[in-house]
Amino acid sequence: MSLPRVNAVVIGAGAGGGVVAKELCEAGLRVALLERGRWYTANDCRKDDLRNQRTSVLGNNSGPDDERNPRVFVDRDAKRHIVLPSEGGYSNNAACVGGGTLTYGAMAWRYQSKDFRMRSTYGAPEGSTLDDWPISYDDLAPFYEKAEYEIGVSGDVSNDPFKGPRAKPLPMPPLSPTREYEILKPAAQRLGLHPFDLPMLRNSVPYNGRPPCMRCRWCVGFVCEVDAKCGTHNTVIARALATGFCDLRLGCMVKEILTTEQGKITGVSYFDAHDRLQEQPADLVIVSGAAIESARLLLNSKSKLFPTGLGNRFDWVGRNLQGHAYSGATGLFDFDTYDDVGPGANIAICDYNHGNPGLRGGAMLANEFIRLPYQAVDMPPNGVRWGKAHKDFMRKAYRRTIKIMGPTQEMPVFDSRVQLDPSVKDFWGMPVAQLSGYQHPHTLEIAGVMAGKAEAWLKEAGAVQTWRNLPGNGISGGQHQAGTCRMGNDPKTSVVDSWCRVHDTENLYVIDGSVHVTNGGFNPVLTILANAYRASDHLVQSWKGKV
Amino acid sequence: MAKRSALTRRRFLQVAATAAASSALNSCGRHAGPWRFFTPGEAGTIEALCEQIIPADQDPGATWAGTIYYIDSQLVGHFRKLQSAYRSGIAACDAACRAAHGQPFAELPFDQQTAFLQRLPNSLQPFFDMVITHTMQGFYGDARHNGNRDAVSWRMLGIPVIPIRGRDHYEFPRKG
Repeated sequence: MSLPRVNAVVIGAGAGGGVVAKELCEAGLRVALLERGRWYTANDCRKDDLRNQRTSVLGNNSGPDDERNPRVFVDRDAKRHIVLPSEGGYSNNAACVGGGTLTYGAMAWRYQSKDFRMRSTYGAPEGSTLDDWPISYDDLAPFYEKAEYEIGVSGDVSNDPFKGPRAKPLPMPPLSPTREYEILKPAAQRLGLHPFDLPMLRNSVPYNGRPPCMRCRWCVGFVCEVDAKCGTHNTVIARALATGFCDLRLGCMVKEILTTEQGKITGVSYFDAHDRLQEQPADLVIVSGAAIESARLLLNSKSKLFPTGLGNRFDWVGRNLQGHAYSGATGLFDFDTYDDVGPGANIAICDYNHGNPGLRGGAMLANEFIRLPYQAVDMPPNGVRWGKAHKDFMRKAYRRTIKIMGPTQEMPVFDSRVQLDPSVKDFWGMPVAQLSGYQHPHTLEIAGVMAGKAEAWLKEAGAVQTWRNLPGNGISGGQHQAGTCRMGNDPKTSVVDSWCRVHDTENLYVIDGSVHVTNGGFNPVLTILANAYRASDHLVQSWKGKV
Repeated sequence: MAKRSALTRRRFLQVAATAAASSALNSCGRHAGPWRFFTPGEAGTIEALCEQIIPADQDPGATWAGTIYYIDSQLVGHFRKLQSAYRSGIAACDAACRAAHGQPFAELPFDQQTAFLQRLPNSLQPFFDMVITHTMQGFYGDARHNGNRDAVSWRMLGIPVIPIRGRDHYEFPRKG
């Protein structure tokens, strides 16, 4: 039995899906927005240091739940591990209305022009699928601006000489400086660098009917207690619902995308909140489940015409899984650097994103969000892990350290990938995602250099001791997961076209981080939002032409 | 000494409460005492390990903070699948101590415990690593989980203890 037909099914109410739902609804399309998680509000902010989206030792605070959603992680020794969402190796993002934007740190970066032209700029290193995007910074610029104004960004990037051209300043001023900011800014200037107030999807003044940040220390990983963090849940999804055309259904796990014998996409089947199988016919299907789950859904949608899954004729779905190889350094000072004023991260430099001799790209560097006490316990650099020496270090260093980190742009690897696991199934009986792969050696080389730059900045700022924080050689993914349904003009080496339409289909789209060819040396969310605006714009245009 | 007796009192109350509850339910079982998972003997070993990991000095240590209560309650909750790792790890730790010093771990003097852990047999390392991780979580984590009594670690680090409840922290003029 199937439900009444809708114009579009959007799968996943996160960064990508939230924007698409709003844009389609405002153009008059009837949309079913399916979200497997729940809707959390500011009332669900529990500020539990051990149970949140970044420190999940006692579980996640915004999904998915451990009971129903295992994955398989294959380590570098080819050993398989069944992992749960709150465990390491799962590469979790979130499962809720707003997706990762509900609890993120909320850095709002535009990629730079060269980030869309990585292969042309540098050439691909051996063993990497590094390539250019089929679109440029200029194609995305107006939609970056739309995302900045509709979702809400504070900060001041006017002092960043490396940014791409922009028509308007950010809509909100930066938050007032913290002690770390006052220490780091003059130090960067003395080094000839160009520090500035990093952009954040966070209210610094009342905006969009919501209050500004109250500067608490529980930010990244938590639902904002005062609703000052701007995500899709409190902006575009609310607007989509206000049109009356959006039917948001929670607790809905999509089973597969349905096709006719001729290969036309006809809708989706999904398990609703009561685990009943439903069929939802639709003219358009938009997959926005983030890089791992979007790839899994395409792979799980097999039919006679698509025996290895939708869009997977050339075996590219699930390939090039990437996130960011985070690297940087910690500095110990002989005076207090901690002032308990959140969210913490507020000053950045983009001097090292490109133009590093012998390296392909680099990373933005910024001070870290406030480290909650438990997040600091593995801080000692000298291998001290317990006993009085550890306690002494915590007492001495907790208020006196600054950590600078950066998301190193990764060299995509074809064999870092999402596949369907042959044996493990989820609660509903669907094969789960299996993650495997490694970091390209050049990524680690760049990360090492970035850590040195961070260390130099800390030393100039007066650190009496510094040490590096380097990434491992396993796959990243997690909140920054991207790349598994690459955007490209050649169907043989990509999954979707430049408008995010899956090659070989007329009405199936992937609109989320999956389509990123490369992931920039920046947090990716603003690019996901901007590209969702851009793809939706085209979708609406072609819909109207069709009607 | 005041700190020690505070713990004793707290423990006494918990023992009393548990005893009352179990007699009311007419239940039995080997877990006489305040523990949900540990036996009294196992609890002695874990508490001694926790205190080695975060010892009392000018600031209270893991024993005073009640870090063992965090581990014990999580072992019947989120850490359920680590039950056998704890049970066998404690047994192996005590067996190794008996072989080397003729006594279980908790009976050794503090400095001898430290020396034992510094030269820990390789086979015990994964168990000790796990106890380190959970002790750090209990002691430095949120006080609501009972391992950071009175937010003692946050006070030690000099950070404000009471979360700012910000819901009505600011008042904004209503439009219109």
